[in-house]
Amino acid sequence: MTASTALADAVAFARSAREEAGGWDRRGAIPTDVLDAVAGAGFLAVDVPAEHGGLGRSPAELGELCAAFGGACSALRGLVTVQGMVAAAVLRWGDREQRARWLPALASGARRAAFAATEPGAGTDLSAATTSATPTVGGLRVRGRKLWVTFGAVADVYLVLAALDGKPVAVLVEADRAGVTVEPIGGQLGMRAAHLANLRFDDVVVPQENLVGAPGFGLSHVVATALDHGRFTVAWGCVGLAEACLDLAAAHVGRRSQGGVRLAEHETVRALLGRDLVEASAARRLCEHAAELRARADADAIAETVLAKYAAARAASALSEHAVQLHGAAGCAQDSTVGRFFRDAKVMRIIEGADEPAELRLGEYALRRPGRSR
Amino acid sequence: MVNQRSTRSETAVDEVVDEIRTFFSSAVGEGVPHPDDDYFALGLVNSLFALELVTHVERTFGLTVEVEDLDLDNFRTMNRIARFVRHKLSETSGGS
Repeated sequence: MTASTALADAVAFARSAREEAGGWDRRGAIPTDVLDAVAGAGFLAVDVPAEHGGLGRSPAELGELCAAFGGACSALRGLVTVQGMVAAAVLRWGDREQRARWLPALASGARRAAFAATEPGAGTDLSAATTSATPTVGGLRVRGRKLWVTFGAVADVYLVLAALDGKPVAVLVEADRAGVTVEPIGGQLGMRAAHLANLRFDDVVVPQENLVGAPGFGLSHVVATALDHGRFTVAWGCVGLAEACLDLAAAHVGRRSQGGVRLAEHETVRALLGRDLVEASAARRLCEHAAELRARADADAIAETVLAKYAAARAASALSEHAVQLHGAAGCAQDSTVGRFFRDAKVMRIIEGADEPAELRLGEYALRRPGRSR
Repeated sequence: MVNQRSTRSETAVDEVVDEIRTFFSSAVGEGVPHPDDDYFALGLVNSLFALELVTHVERTFGLTVEVEDLDLDNFRTMNRIARFVRHKLSETSGGS
């Protein structure tokens, strides 16, 4: 399978998903046979190298896949995101045995993964996480509560941020271990079909080999790697979402007449679409730039990914809001596609780094730019 | 031969420290830590810095930081990073 056919397959899959996505959103779940189909088609963790069972796709190819999915269904893109986050963390910081054990299973979709970091008292500030991992006979005993775990209700394994003797650790916890309680969440603003769950770990014992990286590096390196990867795929998903909203808005105003005048004939409408085109195009270019830096492992790739995600989420948010406005009452209906995009886009400005901390990191990036070759 | 190699290594350490200091100064501005300061403990760096540092070291010195390299002794101070880089580079050249 060549890169271009893989992408063509993803685009075709996304197109068919687009018809179904509204129903998934309303019912609060992507059906499990669709989750299996995504895995079976090879759309999960496509950037995992071939030596570890993946397809070895470039960041740009992964990005295009996420844009295609994001333009159809944010929950579907979320599936790619969480699997990719855990795979990236294991690929980067797993030892030889962990890579061999987990990466082929994550790339094939034989195992579904989810990322469990957020807690009641630890959101943006993940260093406040209180879930504990205590050395015990047979490995580590994990105790704590995690919130807003995307695909947490259907995952086979969680990458859990915890603390061991006060040091951050990242631990893989299989969902079927004794003491794991999964509480599915429903009715949230967006990403409704993404099988969100809250998790409870009541003295769950996992073997020592489930610890990824050394104690002390669980947050700054392991979880940071997962979040960096997640930001990249969310950013591209937002590009797809923004472009879909622009297409839907343009089609609607070209069709819809009021008072004998097509909406597209109004100057204010055209000007709005013009501005939206600029925003969507800029977001795409920033994501492409981040993809290039990631492909050559540039140290700036991390900050440029924050930048791309920030810009793309804001573009998705703005363009979906404009699309709802242009659709009028139809945009507010229960089955409205742009309405769903609008709800999902708001979530994009919060997950994998909200706008506000992103601005601070980007401000620091701006301060250190002078004198650095670009 | 032995002396020559050791001289070259000493030079390399200085170059490595200089290079890492440059990266730190671009990341933290005026507050560049002393080569033996624990910059994490001093709170000098943000949540992205740890990964940026690893990526920068890998790219600049053409090495790979493996999970077994990831221990506090290697990455807490600029001098320790320099020692780690020297060690990794000698490992690589020793193997060829």
